Amino acid sequence: MKAIKNIGLVIFLIGLAFFTALPVLGTFNLNEANFNTIIKEQKIESDVFINDIKSNIVGRDFNGMQSLSPKISKALDNANENHTKNKEWDKKIYTKSSAMAAFIGKKSANGFIANNKGLMWLLTFGLGIIGALMFILPNVILLGKKGIKNDGIYHQSATNRGWIGWMVFIFLVSFYLVLYFASEYATNWTLLVDPISEALSGNPAGHWFVYGFMYCTVMTVMAVRMYIKYRHNIYQVFRTTSVLFFQIVFAFIIPEIMVRLQMPYYDFKNAFPLDYDFFFQWNLKELTNTGGIGIFILVWGIALTLVVVPIMVYFFGKRWYCSWVCGCGGLAETLGDPYRQHSDKSLFAWKVERYLVHGVLVFVIVMTAMTLYSFFSDTGTVLGIKTSTVQSIYSLVIGSIFAGVIGTGFYPIFGNRVWCRFGCPLAAYLGFVQRFKSKFRITTNGGQCISCGNCSTYCEMGIDVRAYAQKGENIVRSSCVGCGVCSAVCPRGVLKLENGPEDGRINPTEILLGNDVDLMDLVNQK
Amino acid sequence: MEHIVIIGNGISGVTLARHIRKLSDKKITIISAETDYFFSRTAIMYVYMGHMKFEHTQPYENWFWKKNRIELLKAYVQEVDTDNKVVQFADGGHLNYDKLIIATGSKPNKFGWPGQDLDGVIGMYHKQDLDRLEVLAPNNKVCNRAVIVGGGLIGIELAEMLNSRKIPITFLVREDSFWNGVLPKGESQMINNHIKNHHIDLRLSTNLKEIKSDENGRVTSVILEETGEELACNVVGLTAGVTPNIDFLKSSKIELGRGVKVNRFLETNIKDVFAIGDCAEQHEAIGNRRPIEAVWYTGRMMGETLAQTICSNRIEYKPGHWFNSAKFLDIEYQTYGWVFAKPKDYETHFHWKHHKEDICITAAFHKDTNEFLGINTFGIRMRHEIFDKWLTEKRDMNHVISYLKDANFDPEFYKVYESDILKQYNTTFNTNLTSQKKSWKRIFSKT
Ligand SMILES: Cc1cc2nc3c(=O)[nH]c(=O)nc-3n(C[C@H](O)[C@H](O)[C@H](O)COP(=O)(O)OP(=O)(O)OC[C@H]3O[C@@H](n4cnc5c(N)ncnc54)[C@H](O)[C@@H]3O)c2cc1C
Ligand code: SF4
Ligand code: SF4
Repeated sequence: MKAIKNIGLVIFLIGLAFFTALPVLGTFNLNEANFNTIIKEQKIESDVFINDIKSNIVGRDFNGMQSLSPKISKALDNANENHTKNKEWDKKIYTKSSAMAAFIGKKSANGFIANNKGLMWLLTFGLGIIGALMFILPNVILLGKKGIKNDGIYHQSATNRGWIGWMVFIFLVSFYLVLYFASEYATNWTLLVDPISEALSGNPAGHWFVYGFMYCTVMTVMAVRMYIKYRHNIYQVFRTTSVLFFQIVFAFIIPEIMVRLQMPYYDFKNAFPLDYDFFFQWNLKELTNTGGIGIFILVWGIALTLVVVPIMVYFFGKRWYCSWVCGCGGLAETLGDPYRQHSDKSLFAWKVERYLVHGVLVFVIVMTAMTLYSFFSDTGTVLGIKTSTVQSIYSLVIGSIFAGVIGTGFYPIFGNRVWCRFGCPLAAYLGFVQRFKSKFRITTNGGQCISCGNCSTYCEMGIDVRAYAQKGENIVRSSCVGCGVCSAVCPRGVLKLENGPEDGRINPTEILLGNDVDLMDLVNQK
Repeated sequence: MEHIVIIGNGISGVTLARHIRKLSDKKITIISAETDYFFSRTAIMYVYMGHMKFEHTQPYENWFWKKNRIELLKAYVQEVDTDNKVVQFADGGHLNYDKLIIATGSKPNKFGWPGQDLDGVIGMYHKQDLDRLEVLAPNNKVCNRAVIVGGGLIGIELAEMLNSRKIPITFLVREDSFWNGVLPKGESQMINNHIKNHHIDLRLSTNLKEIKSDENGRVTSVILEETGEELACNVVGLTAGVTPNIDFLKSSKIELGRGVKVNRFLETNIKDVFAIGDCAEQHEAIGNRRPIEAVWYTGRMMGETLAQTICSNRIEYKPGHWFNSAKFLDIEYQTYGWVFAKPKDYETHFHWKHHKEDICITAAFHKDTNEFLGINTFGIRMRHEIFDKWLTEKRDMNHVISYLKDANFDPEFYKVYESDILKQYNTTFNTNLTSQKKSWKRIFSKT
């Protein structure tokens, strides 16, 4: 069994090595015809740029994106400089250089990788999946009888911020940096999943498709790990199945198929303000221009945020979204589960959390108000501030850096819910409802707590669960995503997530059940 | 300002300090020789097993003490002079008090076994024991076998700890079935099997005769009393119960028995000196309880109670219905009220066990009045509040069985067994009860 695991690990690492090497491999050669298509598709008017590319790039062989990409950005900068000087605004190219490089790269990839997509898929994703499963599946036997399987978490380098943890951190952060800021280097990855993308939407894959596909793959494989680890805990099994289903079907497959059907790309479960660009001008225009389905999406999107979400939170707590439906939550609960213990439980962290997450909520609301005002009044600025600038700042700082690079990249260091806890504006909104108007709570079982600290240690949201449990108080916290792990790991059966009457949900206690009833009355009634 | 000095920073001393601070402005000092800050003794196993780091066992952040003006002093108290109201430290210092609380907890029992103080013999009580175990048994290369002596709750925790590092274990238990002084037969046997299923070499009805060592005084083997068999091992864990940790008081005027003798107000024979927690011994046991109650919950309750007395509201220690909980490897155990291992003459037991899983309950009721007396549950979590209420209301057994769904505390979607239990109850006692649906109203109503 151990041997299978080790072989699996080696296979996984080989797949990972191929995957990691791909961005700098491959040959590219742009032919005239393809370039003409790009000119048409991208509506390029700049003769400077076209000539530059034609003389320096077309027909030449390039090894690796690192030799092609700088040439393209140089050509682009050069052309734009030229047009700016001559005030030829209509000739200027507004596509970002990394995006332009990605377009050109995709069309010009021609070597081994482009010609052997299936094989390359097997060598990367294929080996990764097989290796990971070989590493994970033996746990069915190795983990033994049902029970809590946290042995050695703080002894292992991967889960105790050791060097493996830091390597994973570096890998994840780099991956997100490529994805958000240097997508041309993802060109080879997109080639691997072209066949899948074409089967779904009919289009070749872009880097977001790679991300979506990878997201689903990683979640599925790590969900297998969850199933094995928590196989005796039916709440965890249901929950994992649910997030997996919503990710694969709602976030991945349905939007692609909608594209095939000439409908807008839309994830029906992604609620504003997590879906922060829902009210952006381009989206509203697209929705209003696509007829019935567009209007339906618009109405659904608004109803989801204003009606469905709060009502569901009233009945079930925010867990129905955060740990049963949401994609960010889904990744956190699968890929992120091994790192849940790293969330900071200090009072200080709680303070930071409240400032940050509510700050982001205010930010998104202000930005959306500006957006809508600009949309309806047809102006680009509000009180002298450019709406588009605010939008770009949000997209960059919150949408990309916070949610992606930090949110996922920092899993091995700060735990798996960094984004959900400190950044997600939807979580902040749901949190208000959960705290002030909901049936959900974690009931503390009378006086049974022994203050051991398992619950707090494994709370991914950094809630000091024990602080409540050891006083006999129920846990009613806006940030609780209802993952149920505190309840699972409690060795004394103290915690139960439940939806009960609102009355007595919050129960400040000083003297715990089991002591003198008169004393309890005396102290607790005060 | 009155100076309250507490010896011992365990759950009892710390609970007391917290409550005194809530009620008053008195000066509070907590003395302990063990650690700088309060930690949860019940969690030390999880540190060795790698579930937590030691700092996770500390229920309060380090700033808490200063903020609440609770002074912490790391020192070992060697003597208490109650005439001059002063405590003497081993390092020569001393501290005056106005009121003194002894909350020094327990220490592992040693029954005079030859070799019990050798290098490699440990108890499992203090932080130092945990640190020592890490040195003695970091893995199964350094420690090829460990022998655990004494089948109680700490013994089985030590077994689980060593098992997590795949260290072979021989577990010597004096009784003919695990913890059968407390657990009824069916349950005790289920635990026997559960232990064996974890590949632990469980030896029932077996006593330790002697521990042997090499020339450096390191443990090499143990000899068993009954068979004379010699078992090679590197570590011996002594977990045959605990005794109050009060040797330092022998020279004082404070009345001692096994523990520090206290009345129902937790007062000792000396004015302004009190004792709480594991080290306190009641002159007379309260109800079915033991005179020394060495559990977490009672230490906490004594702390809650004594704070009132110290802050001028003198009240008796009057614990409510008995409850407790533990975990035997993977099986969670909870108990409410009293279920005796050997049923008292007025007591009838109803035992239900799942046909396959390690899940069972034993409920005790009065054979004449049918009054519900208590329940042990294994592998099913139950609601403390509900059982406490049923015990207070002196509900009869039929009521408990019919309304058992109200008491279930397992996580959502778990399989429920109330109907099975009810069915078996009906057949056993020839009743015709029907199962009542769970009611939030009943569960959360305070009356
Ligand atoms: C491994 C383990 C697991 C347990 N699990 C459970 C459980 O699951 N449930 C349960 O109910 N109970 C459990 N217990 C029992 C429970 O931990 C004790 O009942 C409880 O900790 C006692 O608290 P206390 O405050 O009385 O004393 P302690 O926690 O023992 O604190 C006393 C402190 O005083 C210090 N001290 C003693 N003498 C001196 C001196 N002369 N000078 C200075 N300092 C001194 C000691 O070093 C110690 O730090 C467990 C115990 C152990 C060891
Ligand atoms: S409090 Fe419990 S259920 Fe809520 S997020 Fe933390 S671990 Fe999950
Ligand atoms: S895990 Fe359970 S017993 Fe331990 S501190 Fe949390 S609620 Fe208390």
